[in-house]
Amino acid sequence: MIYDVIIIGAGVTGCAIARELSRYQAEVCVLERDEDVCCGTSKANSAIVHAGYDCMPGSVMAKMNVRGNEMMDQIAKDLDVPFKRNGSLVVCIDKDSLGGLRELYDRGIANGVKGMRLLSREEALAMEPNISDQTEGALYAPTAGIICPFRLTIGFAENANKNGVDFRFNTDVEELKKDAEGIWHIRTNNGEYKTRAIVNAAGVYADTFHNMVSENKIHITPRRGDYFIMDKDMGNFVTRTIFPQPTAHGKGILVAPTVHGNLLAGPTAIDIDDRESTATTQQGLDAILDGAESHVKNLPIRRKVIRVFAGLRAHEDHHDFILGECDDCPDFFDAAGIESPGLSASPAIGEYMSGLISSRYHFAKKDSWDPVSKGVLDPKQLTMEERNELIRRNPAYGNIVCRCESVSEGEILDAIHRPLGARSLDGIKRRTRAGMGRCQAGFCTPKQMDILHRELGIPYEKITKMGGESYIVRERSKGGEDR
Amino acid sequence: MMNYDIVIVGGGPAGLAAAASARKAGIEKILILERDDRLGGILNQCIHNGFGLHTFKEELTGPEYAQRFIDQVLEKKIEYKLHTMVMDISSDRVVTAMNHTDGMFRIQAGAVILAMGCRERPIGALATPGYRPAGIFSAGTAQRLVNMEGYMPGREVVILGSGDIGLIMARRMTLEGAKVKVVAEVMPYSGGLKRNIVQCLDDFGIPLKLSHTVVDVEGKEHISAVTIAEVGPDRKPIPGTEERYTCDTLLLSVGLIPENELSRGAGVAISNITNGPVVNESLETSIPGVFACGNVLHVHDLVDYVSEEAARAGENAAKFVSAGCRDMAEGEDIQLIPADGVRYTVPSVINPGRMDRMVTVRFRVGAVYKNAAVSVYFNDERVMHNKKRIISPGEMEQVILLKDKITAFKDLKSITVRIEQD
Repeated sequence: MIYDVIIIGAGVTGCAIARELSRYQAEVCVLERDEDVCCGTSKANSAIVHAGYDCMPGSVMAKMNVRGNEMMDQIAKDLDVPFKRNGSLVVCIDKDSLGGLRELYDRGIANGVKGMRLLSREEALAMEPNISDQTEGALYAPTAGIICPFRLTIGFAENANKNGVDFRFNTDVEELKKDAEGIWHIRTNNGEYKTRAIVNAAGVYADTFHNMVSENKIHITPRRGDYFIMDKDMGNFVTRTIFPQPTAHGKGILVAPTVHGNLLAGPTAIDIDDRESTATTQQGLDAILDGAESHVKNLPIRRKVIRVFAGLRAHEDHHDFILGECDDCPDFFDAAGIESPGLSASPAIGEYMSGLISSRYHFAKKDSWDPVSKGVLDPKQLTMEERNELIRRNPAYGNIVCRCESVSEGEILDAIHRPLGARSLDGIKRRTRAGMGRCQAGFCTPKQMDILHRELGIPYEKITKMGGESYIVRERSKGGEDR
Repeated sequence: MMNYDIVIVGGGPAGLAAAASARKAGIEKILILERDDRLGGILNQCIHNGFGLHTFKEELTGPEYAQRFIDQVLEKKIEYKLHTMVMDISSDRVVTAMNHTDGMFRIQAGAVILAMGCRERPIGALATPGYRPAGIFSAGTAQRLVNMEGYMPGREVVILGSGDIGLIMARRMTLEGAKVKVVAEVMPYSGGLKRNIVQCLDDFGIPLKLSHTVVDVEGKEHISAVTIAEVGPDRKPIPGTEERYTCDTLLLSVGLIPENELSRGAGVAISNITNGPVVNESLETSIPGVFACGNVLHVHDLVDYVSEEAARAGENAAKFVSAGCRDMAEGEDIQLIPADGVRYTVPSVINPGRMDRMVTVRFRVGAVYKNAAVSVYFNDERVMHNKKRIISPGEMEQVILLKDKITAFKDLKSITVRIEQD
């Protein structure tokens, strides 16, 4: 078959575009090299919905950030994504730099950010007692938020799929060629796909695909961000997202509660060459310990950390999003250079790109399009009576698998059996939080393996943490066959 | 709402021993809540021997040791529920639990015994740099996979940390045909028992590198190598000492953490040294009628001591219930003060009114001491001075205090336990 649109990359950008395109009468497919959606930059970031005062006025970034932020309430409601407008503070600890706060404020006004206020030292400390004693003032932006980036990406993908978009996983794009009729032939490790239009949403690889078809080269640098994630008993350390003042290299080391109640500190901004290198370094982790100390006080990172991780931002040389049809290559659309605030901007990028593409190809709207997708049911939100009713109907909801995050077997079965369901431990983790708690899957790994084996018929030796070669066990132990 | 005299949270060695002794003390309505599919707790995966030397004067495997107590629970017809997760404990001893047959339910308990055990510290808590691929396990998770599920994580193994489970797994993986290349321990001494170092590492020629840690993990999808470096007295890696080991498995045995999320939820005061509840001589927490024993209280080396401690918690809970759930304290509490190398004591306070004929005070030290003594002071007067050839953090120590000595001492306000070097 010939698709109308093929999107390369099932990160938050690709999935947001897919979901918006699913409004139209068009055959759309998403190709993803990994085994699941949300396996690259989308899974390893600050999980912040930025207000939009950082971006340079007039930039694509600024427009998309502010619009994405506005859209997020409805998106979160429709797609059942945990989202909270907790607000943010940019803390100034040096009197001479107070002008920088003002500059940010002015930028925010120019960008259309609503509700910002410049706070005195006293106002800021009253709001957030754990910010630095050296605080001289702060910029408060009430529209900033925190969100679950996994559920946002998965929500876009599930809703796109529900409305007819195909997804192909473990499918790595190798070559793009247009034939005489103007049809794209996409060679992958999983055969050839044909389409009229291509959307390049390939994250840190977006320049690779762009440069395959265009003479106007772009260049993306993977900019690594290391993070600490702390125990849930630290979730109240700050209420709002706390930033230092930004520098040329980014927004600095933030300290923020996550929407699930952990505390996050990071990221670094380290330019690297290897687009696969999501390894943290001692130097990076030390930089967070030092960096966080400048604007919050007595943060016990070392004592409370439960995991460190790193993600890669797709930093384009011109530091702006590249959205639109390629100048010298018709039918090839870039959504490239999507670094921070890409997560915040994703709904707007989806809206903008699908608008562009649908009008270019005169796609008609579908008669019926369902914007709503329910996430994995969370029994913790139910009353005891409702929960008991649920367990009566489905006893698996009475069986806790992940004790740290209190995740039941029922939720894991839901995650596995829903459309585009989980096939690995990380797939389950991102959909349910099982294994994301303080024991980091120490207790529930064997139980989750049992469930994956039973439900999907995957042999134990083939069960993976995250697809590919990430096998959990290698072989039977001696006498293990009898078990 | 159901009613029980004693609800025991956890059906491992501590919960089982507590149940049996509470029944011996005459309590009828006892309920054990166990989250796993069988009683016995972590002992079910400890298939090596060496259990029970103190309690039964014979060497048993973990499951055999557990069975002795399971048999008692069955003989005494003590009620228990499996697959049952306790979701909440309130300060007035209402226990909320859940399973797939009863749904979510509440129990009003006369007394609650906390016996939830501990969990392993994961690699994330160490903030080890590098990738986060498959093939990294806490030693106990690997033990479960090998011994209960029947699967081997890999063939080339590096172990970080020399806690007892790590040492046991070094031997176990070797017996299963894997090559254990090295055990790295960040401290200058092992966190495990001497006998385990001899029987699990030395006997198999597995090197133990003290003052070493993992400074890099390689492999994006599956672990392929680690780099180990020597650390200085500040526990920071010393540049130039790095050694790379290819491996397909990294096991961690870097500390056990008493699992007290439920206790905290109930409002029980927690020690920031043991991460377990602060208890008095009756093993009662800061909430009257809530008792704690086993690894949820403080991490033990030997299950025999867990059983002994849990039996006392069971008896004391029974006393509390029999007295109409009333506190039987008399006179002033006496504080126990850890000093000079002693990191903590369990219990941390003694009330002579509630005290039995004697109380066992258990503690750990913070460093290795050779030819030193454990001394006990009543107020400022030294009343005990036990010389020891070696005292190390990996082995729990104890002193026994007698009630008649305590009551005979005039104006006793504090009891200090300290290490003294002669």
